[in-house]
Amino acid sequence: MTFRIKSAMLKMAAAAWLLGATGAMADTTLEFTQWWEPELPAGSLRAIMNDFEAANPGIKVTLVSGPYATTRDQISVGAATGTLSDVVGLDGAWVNNLNAQGALADMNPMMDASKFDKAQVADIIKVDGKAVMFPVASFVYPVFVNLDLAAKAGVTTLPSTRAEFLEAAKKMTHADKNQYGWVLPLSLQTPSGVQNDMMSWVWASGQSMMADGKPALEGKPVVDMLTFVKSLNDAGTISPGIATKTEQEKVEEFVNDRVGMMIDSLAHVNLIRKRNPNLNFDLIPVPVVEGYTGKRGLPYASWGIGISASSKHQEEAWKLVQYLMSEKVNAKLVSLANAFPGNVNAKPDFVTSDKAFAKAFEIFKTGYLANEFTGLPVAEDLMTQFDVQAQKMLAGEQTPEEAAAAAQKGWMAKF
Amino acid sequence: MTRQKRSRHRLKRAVAPYLYLSPSLVIIGLLMLLPMVTVIGYSFQNSAVLRRDPSFAGLKHYQAIFADPVFWASLWHTLYFTCMSVVFHMTIGMIFALMLNSDRINPTLRNILRVLYILPWLFTAVIIAVIWRLLLEPNGVVNSILMQLGIIGSKIEWFSSPETALHAVTFANIWAGYPLFMVSLLAGLQGIPKDLYEAADIDGAKAYQKLIFITIPQLMPIIISISLLDFIWTMQVFPLIWITTGGGPIYSTEVLSTYTYKLAFSSYNLSQASASAVVILLISLGLTLFYIRYQKAR
Repeated sequence: MTFRIKSAMLKMAAAAWLLGATGAMADTTLEFTQWWEPELPAGSLRAIMNDFEAANPGIKVTLVSGPYATTRDQISVGAATGTLSDVVGLDGAWVNNLNAQGALADMNPMMDASKFDKAQVADIIKVDGKAVMFPVASFVYPVFVNLDLAAKAGVTTLPSTRAEFLEAAKKMTHADKNQYGWVLPLSLQTPSGVQNDMMSWVWASGQSMMADGKPALEGKPVVDMLTFVKSLNDAGTISPGIATKTEQEKVEEFVNDRVGMMIDSLAHVNLIRKRNPNLNFDLIPVPVVEGYTGKRGLPYASWGIGISASSKHQEEAWKLVQYLMSEKVNAKLVSLANAFPGNVNAKPDFVTSDKAFAKAFEIFKTGYLANEFTGLPVAEDLMTQFDVQAQKMLAGEQTPEEAAAAAQKGWMAKF
Repeated sequence: MTRQKRSRHRLKRAVAPYLYLSPSLVIIGLLMLLPMVTVIGYSFQNSAVLRRDPSFAGLKHYQAIFADPVFWASLWHTLYFTCMSVVFHMTIGMIFALMLNSDRINPTLRNILRVLYILPWLFTAVIIAVIWRLLLEPNGVVNSILMQLGIIGSKIEWFSSPETALHAVTFANIWAGYPLFMVSLLAGLQGIPKDLYEAADIDGAKAYQKLIFITIPQLMPIIISISLLDFIWTMQVFPLIWITTGGGPIYSTEVLSTYTYKLAFSSYNLSQASASAVVILLISLGLTLFYIRYQKAR
C-alpha cells in the first residue's frame, strides 16, 4: 500500500515537473498587427518572421494582417480596449492619438538596456519625449516628369525652382488636347493630397508649417506655397477635377500622358511601368523657392513600427523591432516593398538594378525625410480642414492669406 | 386535473410563444438593440471608445454638433438628396412601369426594355459611383456629347464644382434607385382589375383620366409604402456619396452619413459621431413609426 502511494506520488511529481518544464519552455507568441503583408509579395513577410523565429527560439510571431484602413480602425479600437497587439504597424499620422490613449510603449528604456545604436536608424518618432515609432520603410514622394511631353513642349531642362516649374507646366498644358502640366488631387475622401502634393513644396525648401510645436499656417512659407498653387491653377495648368481627384486618378492621368508632372510615391514606379510600359519618365526632387540652396526636405509616407504599452511580452517585442530594423533584414524588407530603408546602413537591391530607383535613392541620400504631419493630433482631420480651405481658394472664394488664416483657426482648435 | 397541474399547464401555455420567439429576440437584441444602445451611451460620454474610463458628458456633444454649421448644411443636403431622389425614383419608376405594362409595345421589345431598365439595380453602390465618376469627369463622355451638341461651351466639372456636385450625385442616385419603384409598381399595375378600364372605356374616359382616376388610386398603397421605405434608405446612403465626392467640394455634398463618418474616422471624435448617429436614428425612427402607423391603418 505504502509502495503504491509512494509510486503514485512520484508519478504526480514527475507529471508536475513535466508540466512546469514544458511551461517554462513554452513559446512566447507575439501578435504583430500590420497592413504590410497584403502589400508585399505573397508569403514574403511570413518568411521574414520564420527567419526571426529561427534566430530567436521560444518566440513565435502571429501576423494579423489586413488592408490599411481596416488595420487603422482595428488599432484604434485595440488601443481603447487594451487589446492592442504586442507589435503594431503604425502610420505617423496615428501616433499622437495612440500616445494620448497611453497605448504605445516608450522604446527609450529598451534602446538603452540593449545598447541599441540609435545612429543606425533614419528617424525615431517621439511624442512627449517618448520614442514611440521607428519608420521601417519609407516611401518618398519625388516629382515624376513625362519626358516625351516635356520634350514636345520644349522643356529641355527639368525644373528645379518653383518659377521653372510654373513655366514648364504652362508649356506642357494644351487644354484642347486634354493635356495639363500638373495634377493636384484634393479629394476629401482621402485628403493626403494636402500632405503629399501641397505641403511637400514647403518642406522641399527646408521650410516648415509649424513654429514651436504649433501650427504656423499664416507664416510666409505656407502662404507662399498657397500663392504658388493658386498661380498654377490661375494659369490653367492643373488638370480639372481637383476637388474630387484621388491619388489613384492622379497616377492614371500621368500614366495616360494626360499630365506632364506629378508628385507621387516612389512605390508607384512599378505600377506606372506596368500600366504603360512605353512611358518615358524621369524623377526629380520637388522644386524649391528661388535662391534656396540648402538640403531639400523629402516628403514621405512610412511603414512605422511600435510596441503596445499593454503588451506582456515587451522584451520579446523589442527583439522583433530590433530584428526588422537591423541592416540586413531591413534591406531585405524594403527591397520587397520598393521602399527606402529605416536603417541608414541598409542598401536595398533595387538601387543597383534599377535606374529610376537609383536616381531616387540619390535624391533620398542628398535630402532629408520631411513629413510634419507625423505625430500631429488628428492628422487626417487637419488635412481635411486645410483641404477645404484650399478648395475654397482655388474656387476663387478666398485669397491664399484668407485660406491660411481659416485653416490656422481650425488647426489651433485641435492643439 | 388538480389545481396545481392546471396552473402549471397554464404557465406552460403562456411561456411557450416566448420560447418560440426567443431565438429571434436574442438575435435582434444582440445585432440591433445592443449596438444601438451602445451608440446612444457613447453620445453621452467624453472620449467614448478612445478612453477606458470615459466621463459623463451630458448633452455636450449634441450641443456641439447643433452649433456646427456643417451639420446644418449636411442636414439640408440630406433632405435635398433624399426628397429629389424619392420624387424622381417614383416618377421614372411609374413611367417605365406603365411602359412595360402597355400592350402597345411589342412583347420582344418589352422584354428587352425590362432587362435594360432593371440593370441599375444589379450594380453595387461602388460600381455605380465608378461608372458615374467616369461619365461625368471633366474629360468624360457626358461633357464630350454635350459639347458636340452645342449645349455647353466649356467642360463642366460635375462632381468637382460646388454649384453642380450635389445635383450630380443626386442624379447618380436617382439612376441607381428607380428600378425598385418600377418593379413594385409593375406588380401593382398587373394586379389592377381589367374591368375597371373596360368600364372607363365604355364611359369614354381618355388615357390621362384613366391614369388619374383608376391607375394612381389603385397604386396608392404601394406608392406610399415604397416612398416611405425609399426615404428611410436614401437618407442613409453613404458609399455613393463617399466615393464620388467624399462630401466635397467645400462641404457641398456633405450629408449626415459622411459628416458622421468624418467625425468618427477622420477626427476620431467618436462621442460627437455617436451624437450625430443618434440624430440620424431619431429621424429614421420618426419615419419608421409613420410607416408602421400607415401599414396598421391599412
